[in-house]
Amino acid sequence: MAPKKNAAAGANSQSTSSSTPATNTPVSNKPSSTSTASRNASTNPQDIATGIWENYVNNTPQRVKLIDTFMLFLVIVGGLQFLYCILAGNYPFNAFLSGFSATVGQFVLTASLRIQTNSANAADFKQLSHERAFADFVFGSMILHFFCVNFIN
Amino acid sequence: MASATKPQSTASGVFFEGETARNTRGLLRIIILCTIAATAVASRLFSVIRFESIIHEFDPWFNFRATKYLVQNGFYDFWDWFDDRTWHPLGRVTGGTLYPGLMVTSGAIWHALRAISLPVDIRNICVLLAPGFSGLTAFASYLLTSELSDSPSAGLLAAIFMGIAPGYISRSVAGSYDNEAIAIFLLVFTFYLWIKAVKEGSVMWGAFAALFYGYMVSAWGGYVFITNLLPLHAFVLICMGRFSPRLYVSYTTWYALGTLASMQIPFVGFLPIRSSEHMSALGVFGLLQLVGFTDYIRQQLPSKQFQLLLRTLVLVIFVVAFGLLVLLTVSGTIAPWTGRFYSLWDTGYAKIHIPIIASVSEHQPTAWPAFFFDLNMLIWLFPAGVYMCFRSLKDEQVFVVIYAVLASYFAGVMVRLMLTLTPVVCIAAAMALSQILDTFLVAGEPAEPIEAPSTKTNDAKDKTVPGIPEVLRSTKGPLVGIYSYMSKAMITGAVTCYLLLFVMHCTWVTSNAYSSPSVVLASRLPDGSQHIIDDYREAYYWLRQNTKPDAKVMSWWDYGYQIGGMADRPTLVDNNTWNNTHIATVGKAMSSREEVSYPIMRQHEVDYVLVVFGGLLGYSGDDINKFLWMIRIAEGIWPDEVKERDFFTSRGEYRVDDEAPPAMKNSLMYKMSYYNFDKLFPAGQAQDRVRGSRLPAQGPELSTVEEAFTSENWIVRIYKVKDLDNLGRSHQDAGAFEKGNKKKKAGKRKGARVLRVD
Repeated sequence: MAPKKNAAAGANSQSTSSSTPATNTPVSNKPSSTSTASRNASTNPQDIATGIWENYVNNTPQRVKLIDTFMLFLVIVGGLQFLYCILAGNYPFNAFLSGFSATVGQFVLTASLRIQTNSANAADFKQLSHERAFADFVFGSMILHFFCVNFIN
Repeated sequence: MASATKPQSTASGVFFEGETARNTRGLLRIIILCTIAATAVASRLFSVIRFESIIHEFDPWFNFRATKYLVQNGFYDFWDWFDDRTWHPLGRVTGGTLYPGLMVTSGAIWHALRAISLPVDIRNICVLLAPGFSGLTAFASYLLTSELSDSPSAGLLAAIFMGIAPGYISRSVAGSYDNEAIAIFLLVFTFYLWIKAVKEGSVMWGAFAALFYGYMVSAWGGYVFITNLLPLHAFVLICMGRFSPRLYVSYTTWYALGTLASMQIPFVGFLPIRSSEHMSALGVFGLLQLVGFTDYIRQQLPSKQFQLLLRTLVLVIFVVAFGLLVLLTVSGTIAPWTGRFYSLWDTGYAKIHIPIIASVSEHQPTAWPAFFFDLNMLIWLFPAGVYMCFRSLKDEQVFVVIYAVLASYFAGVMVRLMLTLTPVVCIAAAMALSQILDTFLVAGEPAEPIEAPSTKTNDAKDKTVPGIPEVLRSTKGPLVGIYSYMSKAMITGAVTCYLLLFVMHCTWVTSNAYSSPSVVLASRLPDGSQHIIDDYREAYYWLRQNTKPDAKVMSWWDYGYQIGGMADRPTLVDNNTWNNTHIATVGKAMSSREEVSYPIMRQHEVDYVLVVFGGLLGYSGDDINKFLWMIRIAEGIWPDEVKERDFFTSRGEYRVDDEAPPAMKNSLMYKMSYYNFDKLFPAGQAQDRVRGSRLPAQGPELSTVEEAFTSENWIVRIYKVKDLDNLGRSHQDAGAFEKGNKKKKAGKRKGARVLRVD
């Protein structure tokens, strides 16, 4: 889901904004100097993607990166479970469902924690300290895993 | 009630200032809320005072029986309960096909009371559960309204409206031990938690909303309303360009936890990922992930076109997801919409396709007067309240608007969904009325036009909506305010009158329309004294005391739960209506000739047949009036053997007198209802008081069943199914022989052999 999303976002912003190519071409100049319009369109999303990546690597605090790694891990685990379900069948459906929803639920809870502790969103969460956000996260996770364990049979 | 709220709005007096003021107000608030809760409970006790502490109607009898089972056998037995005393010979996996929330709640209360040495009979807990929870509902609507409105009086008004509105009382009087009794509290409280979660963007509130949503799922099938309303709210917010991280946090938390919680109930099981009703929630969940991710990317990559991109993306994905949903439904992966939901969109659907749903009176479309009857003045304050929501349209007000629109529609389609409309009507009406009171009840004379207290609310509104155009501000230049005591007094007086009328109306409706147990009927004698008609219990106790414990009783499904609960005898069909064919079988047995019915009854080991007959007393809810539904349901399964047309006269009338068609006169139901009825009257004078028609001079004769019991007012009649004839004759022949008629071709007809084939 995520890569597709990324590409779509990149493509659209490329076609609408003319400023990004100008800033980005010096950085990644290697593809070709004789760039046609179509070629330009295919490289630039890539540039934007790398731009985002670099922006991310440089500007994200270490703690948030840790959270992101955990989220990535959850996505991978969830994807593996889904793949297993498609390939090997969904026989213990309860087990699959609770395993899968555990990853999904943990993912959204972690994403919520990440959003709440992000300083860019401080305006939205005025009364919420980071400690409170973490306590909420633990509370939500406990409920989530209680239900999962109860549902797994 | 108006006087109760006055201290709140006139709190600017000498005694109410500074820190003391806050304490005083808080104390007053608590006292008022407690009074409201007491009022809510007290107004529901009419039926207990007038009759006795008894379970009402039909469904509550099953809930009561299940609760007794839970209390006696413990939770785990209850969970695995296979009930072989209903739906004979099929049985019912009761533990997996009910919403256990209600029973578990009262079971927990019972155990808690025992733990503190207060052994209360489980029946009394069941009877008083609904009034108790209505007090909590009033409190929950206070909380919800306080979140929605700035006015200090709105919440209290909403609480008292919710406490005494007949639309809610109709399903929560003492003894009405039904799922709705706790479900409405859970509905309102879940909405409160949801609003709180959206406002604060807190995982904790979202998780609480999910927990109460799970409780709601365990209590009532109407949880689907929440399942669709919250996603719709989120979706509308996204479409309005109001996506915020708060929305992401609250919705995803609620969905992830709430869905898991709902799947813990065996009856719901995998429905949340399989059935169409739940797909919108899943779709919005996916959508929010995408929007959240896009939003995150946008922060990394500022661009003005992003807003546009976001919206197009939302639209595209919505279309794709909807197409996918349709595709999956068509291909059968996701269960299609159930009949009850089709009937929500097309009111004529059920009547054509599923007579069993249409036959239930509470599934009929609502008549217009019912709105005024159930909500009185709230119904015309309701649009004003919704308009107020538009004036300061924040996230939570959007919710009220959506809720109002949806619930109004559904309440118009189905009578029983009036119940989901009532909370939002109370809330909206309270918001409108509190605006009036806040404006007109300020006693102090405004000192200077600039500081006019009457414009306080307008100023407050300006603060909340900073983006108000300059043009509008200029039009407000001539300051409007209410200065004269005259107009204040007039408006306040009028509002007080309306409120008093409302209270009187509610009390009147509650006492006259909604407090009848329907198990026990009350009538007035000519001298004005009350006369209790207790035929149902008389008959059920007769069954209980005079029949074998495993004697199977056949009746129309309406009475299944009551027979199970009061007579404690196995039944063929009951109000659960999970097996249409089985019900149609009973319908066929009732509507066919005796020769056809008898083998059916033998096959199902029926010992007794119970019919309800109101002809003597003029009790209109009897089986002859329900007979057409039996015929229709039977016709749905056996179109060749039972035909609705045959039961009408050639002019299309439904008659029971001399001109009744042969199919009617020969049907088992007709015969059992009118058997020996003419003996009560002088010859040829038999009169059916319900249908208002004179009956044939010659009463019907029964050969395969014999009268076993008829209650005092003939409301309940019980027949015993005869055993096979000792000499192998058919019952008709045996009857003819008994009467001394000549045996005609007795040698040729052997009824017994026909039976053995079956």
